[in-house]
Amino acid sequence: MADLSTNCAGIKSPNPFWLASAPPANSGEQVMRAFDHGWGGAVWKTLGEDPPVINVTSRYGAIDIGGQKIAGLNNVELITDRPLADNLKEIYQVKKRYPKHAVVASLMVPCERASWHDIVKRVEDAGCDGLELNFGCPHGMSERGMGSAVGQIPEYTQRVTEYVKEIAKTPVLVKLTPNITDIRYPARAAKAGGADGVSLINTINSVMGVNLDTLTPKFAVGGKGAHGGYCGPAVKPIALNMVSQISNDPETRGLPMSGIGGISTWSDAVEFMLLGCSSVQLCTAVMHYGFRIVEELNAGLSDWMDQKGFKKLDDFIGLSAPNIVEWKHLNLHHKTVAKIQPDKCIECQLCFVACNDTAHQCIAIPAKPTAKGRKRVPVVIEEDCVGCNLCSLVCPVDGCIEMTPVKTGHAPLTWEQYTKNGFKGYKEVYKRMHS
Amino acid sequence: MADNDLFRVRFQELKPAMRPEEAHLESSRCLYCYDAPCIQACPTHIDVPRFIKQIASKNVEGSGKTILEANALGHSCARVCPVEVLCEGSCVYLAWHEKPIEIARLQRYATDHLHENDLEPFKPGKDNGKPVAVIGAGPAGLSCAYYLRRLGHPVTVFEKQKVPGGLNSHGVAEYKMTQETSLDEVKKLLELGAKLEDGVEIGKDVTAALLEKKFSAVFVGIGLGPTNRLNVPGEELDGVWDALSFIWHVKRRKLAPLGKSETTIVIGAGNTSIDAVTQSKRTGAGRVLMAYRRGESDMSAYDFEYALAKSDGAEFLWNAAPVAILGRKKVEGVRFQRTKLKKDGSLELLKETFDVKCDRVIKAIGQSKLTGLASKLGLGLDQGGRIAVNPTTLATSRKRWFAGGDSINGGKEVVNAAADGKRAAWHIHASLTGAKTPAPEHAYWVATIEGKKLVQTPNPAERLNG
Ligand SMILES: Cc1cc2nc3c(=O)[nH]c(=O)nc-3n(C[C@H](O)[C@H](O)[C@H](O)COP(=O)(O)OP(=O)(O)OC[C@H]3O[C@@H](n4cnc5c(N)ncnc54)[C@H](O)[C@@H]3O)c2cc1C
Ligand SMILES: Cc1cc2nc3c(=O)[nH]c(=O)nc-3n(C[C@H](O)[C@H](O)[C@H](O)COP(=O)(O)O)c2cc1C
Ligand code: SF4
Repeated sequence: MADLSTNCAGIKSPNPFWLASAPPANSGEQVMRAFDHGWGGAVWKTLGEDPPVINVTSRYGAIDIGGQKIAGLNNVELITDRPLADNLKEIYQVKKRYPKHAVVASLMVPCERASWHDIVKRVEDAGCDGLELNFGCPHGMSERGMGSAVGQIPEYTQRVTEYVKEIAKTPVLVKLTPNITDIRYPARAAKAGGADGVSLINTINSVMGVNLDTLTPKFAVGGKGAHGGYCGPAVKPIALNMVSQISNDPETRGLPMSGIGGISTWSDAVEFMLLGCSSVQLCTAVMHYGFRIVEELNAGLSDWMDQKGFKKLDDFIGLSAPNIVEWKHLNLHHKTVAKIQPDKCIECQLCFVACNDTAHQCIAIPAKPTAKGRKRVPVVIEEDCVGCNLCSLVCPVDGCIEMTPVKTGHAPLTWEQYTKNGFKGYKEVYKRMHS
Repeated sequence: MADNDLFRVRFQELKPAMRPEEAHLESSRCLYCYDAPCIQACPTHIDVPRFIKQIASKNVEGSGKTILEANALGHSCARVCPVEVLCEGSCVYLAWHEKPIEIARLQRYATDHLHENDLEPFKPGKDNGKPVAVIGAGPAGLSCAYYLRRLGHPVTVFEKQKVPGGLNSHGVAEYKMTQETSLDEVKKLLELGAKLEDGVEIGKDVTAALLEKKFSAVFVGIGLGPTNRLNVPGEELDGVWDALSFIWHVKRRKLAPLGKSETTIVIGAGNTSIDAVTQSKRTGAGRVLMAYRRGESDMSAYDFEYALAKSDGAEFLWNAAPVAILGRKKVEGVRFQRTKLKKDGSLELLKETFDVKCDRVIKAIGQSKLTGLASKLGLGLDQGGRIAVNPTTLATSRKRWFAGGDSINGGKEVVNAAADGKRAAWHIHASLTGAKTPAPEHAYWVATIEGKKLVQTPNPAERLNG
C-alpha cells in the first residue's frame, strides 16, 4: 500500500484529507470522531475574540440539479459561536489523544497586531500544529473589516500575515478568498508576508435564488436574505483554476497549498494534488454524507497510487501543473473530430440538435437508415467539424462520441509563434472556416 | 368479500399516481431527446419531453397544458394507453437496456393536477356561428367537440346512452381506469361549452336529415357495435355472456346479475378477451380458461396483456375452435374441435373434438361494425365495413360529414380516437370557414395533427459523403 502521509507547509498528517474549517470541525468531540473514521487532519472552525458571534437561522441554502441534491451549498454562518476558552481546551484534549493528526487553528480577529499576537499565542499554547488565517469568509465578518475584507486587499493580507509571523512558532497558511479578479495578487502578498503556504478557496459570494411565491430570497431569515458563501461540487473548477494559477505563477511557484473547494471523491482530491496541493480540505461533502466518506477517500487514493506506481504523495504532487498553460501556447494545428460509434448510439439526437443549433452545423441524420431499424443515428460531417467537443459532452452514453485526433501533417504552431511570424505558417486546418 | 372490498383490493390501479418526489426524480431522468421517438410514437404527438421537463421544473400546470394541447383525452390516455407499444416502447432508454421513462404515470401526474385544482388551460373560441353536431360521446366525439369549441364552433354532442364516455366509461378494464375517472374527464371536456344530449340515438330519435338542417357539419364517432356472434348451437343458454355486457356489469360495480362461476371459458384471444379473463378472475371466478382457435403466437393481444392474464392465473386452450355450447337450460360446457394451422396460414379443422366443463362462457371475438347505421346516415363504407374517409381530412363520402375513431379504423385505441377527433375538428373548421392556416393560438395543436414542429432544425444530410 502506498504511503499517504503528507507534509503541507510543515504541517504533518497521516493522510492528506483534512476537515475544512467549518461546522464539521466545530468541536473536539466531532474532530476526534472524524479522526477515528480516518481523517488525517482538521482545520478548526474559525476562532475569534470573545464575546463569540451570534448566528442567524436559517443559515444554509442549496441548489439541487435533477436528482442530485446539493450540487452547490451556500451559507451565511459566521465564525465559531462558542467561547474561545472552550475551543482551546478541546484543541488541547484532541492533540493529547491524537498526537500524529494535524490540528490547525483557523483564526480571525480584527486587523490589529495585538489582537493577532494574543490569539496566536493562545492557540499555540493549546498545542495546535499550525495556523490558518481566515482572510476568506465573504459574508458578515467582512462587513466588520475581517475575512474577505482582508483577503481582497493584498496590502492588508501581507500586513496581517507579517503580524502573525512575528510570533508564530507553527507553520502559517493563509486562506484565500476567491472573490477577487486575480488570485495571484493575494497569493503573492501572503508569500511576501512570510506565509508558509496558502489554502484555497474559501466560499464564493452568492445569492441562492428568489422564491416565486413570496418574492423574497430563497433560504431567508424572516423574509430577508444576505449574500452568502458558495461551495460544494459546483465550485471545483473555479478552485482548480486558482490553484493552477498559483502553481504556475513564477512568483509563487513552489508555495505549499492546501486545496479546497468542491471535493467529494478521492479523484477530485487527486486533481487538486496533481495541480500542486499537498493536502486537501473538505466541507460540503462531509456535511452531506458524514465523516464516513473518508474511508473511500483514503482507499481510492491508495488504490490509484498503486495502479500508477506512485509510492508517496510527493511522487505526483504538482505533476499536471505545467500542462496548464496560457492560451497563446496552444497548438493551432492540433485537430480532433467527433466520431460517433453507431452501435453505442441510443438515437436521442441531442448531439444533432446541439451541433446544428449551437455549434457548427455538421451532424446529419442520413436519409437512409444506417442499419436495420436504425433511422435516427447521426453522422458527423468530418470535414466541417471544428472539434469543439460539444456533441460528446451532451451525449448521455459513455464512450459513444469520441473526439479523435486527426493527423494534419503540419508542424505545431502556437498563436504566439503565428503572430511573431507576421501571421504566417497557419495551414488552414479547418477548411470550413475559409470556404 | 363484499363488492366494495373486492373492488378496492382486486381492482387496484395497475398504474397508481406518482408522489411529487417520484415525479421529480423520474422527470429528471428524461434526456429531452431531440425530435423524440416518443412524440412520434404517440398518435396525438404530445410533446412528451417538453411536458416532462415542465414537471421537472415544477411547472405542473404548464405540463398539463402541453398534454391537452395535443390530446384532449390526455387524462384517460395516461391510464389506458398501451404505452408499452407506444411512447414508452420507443424510449431511447430501451436501446440502452435501461428502464424507459414512465411517461404515462408522469402524464397522469400532470393531468391529475389540472383535475384536482379544477384548472382548464384553454378557453372556447369566439362564437363563429357555424354549429357542428357530434354523434357519439366516446373518445373520438369528445375530442372533436373539445377542439371545435376552441375554434369557436357551437357544438352539440348526441349520445344514445345515458352515461357518456363511450368505451372509456363502459369498456376499459376497471383496474386501468374507473368509470368515475372517465366521467370526470367527460365533465371537464364539456366545460368548454359543448352541449351533451344524452339518451338521443341518431338514426332513430333524430334523423340525418334533421341534423343536416340544423348544423353546418357533422362528426360521426359512433364506435363499433355489439360483440360478434359465434353462430354455434347453445349460444342462447343462460350463463353465456358477450364480453362487452360482462364488462359493463363489472364497470357498474354491480356483480349480482353475473352470478357465480366455478369455471369460466373466454372465447377469443384479443385484448378484450384478456380483459374478460382478468376481470373474471378478479370478480371471483374459480378457474378461467381462454380458448383460441389458433396458436399462442397468433394471438392479437399485446404481450404485456397476455402476461397480465398469466399472472392472474388464467389457463389457455390453443388450437381449439368452439363448435357448440353444451347444456340444457344453463351452460354446462363447451365442445371444441382441434385445429391445425396450415402452411398458407389458413386453419384446418381436425377430426378430434373434446368437451370442457364450465358454468360460464364469455364471447370475446371482436365487435361488429355498425354498417346498418352508417348506411342509414348515408355514409360510404370501405371493404372492411368501416366508414370510408379521406385519411388526411377524415371527410366521409357525404359532404360536410366527417368521421373518426373505432368506426373508421375497425377498433384501435382511445388515443387513436382522440387523434382522429382533433384532426377532424381542424378540417371541419377549415372546410366551413375556408381557413388554410390556423390562427396563432391554434398553430401549435394543429401542427401536432401531422406530428410536425413549428420550427425545425435543418438536417445537413446533403453534405454527407456518399
Ligand atoms: C373491452 C375493451 C377494452 C378496451 N381497453 C382499452 C384500453 O385499455 N386502452 C385503449 O386505449 N383502448 C381500449 N379499448 C379501445 C377503446 O375503448 C376504443 O378504441 C375507443 O373507445 C374508441 O372511441 P370511439 O369514440 O371511436 O368509440 P366508442 O368509445 O365506442 O364511443 C362511441 C359512442 O357513440 C355512441 N353511439 C353509437 N351510435 C350512436 C348513435 N346512433 N347515436 C348516438 N350515439 C351513438 C355510443 O353509445 C358510444 O358512447 C378497449 C375496447 C374494449 C371493447
Ligand atoms: C456552513 C459553512 C461554514 C463555514 N465556515 C467557515 C469558517 O468558519 N472558516 C473558514 O475559513 N471557512 C468556512 N467555510 C468554508 C469552508 O471551509 C470551505 O472553504 C468551503 O466550504 C469550500 O469547500 P467545500 O466545497 O468542500 O465545501 C464554511 C463553509 C460552510 C459551508
Ligand atoms: S465537436 Fe463540435 S463542431 Fe464537431 S461535431 Fe461535435 S458539436 Fe459539431
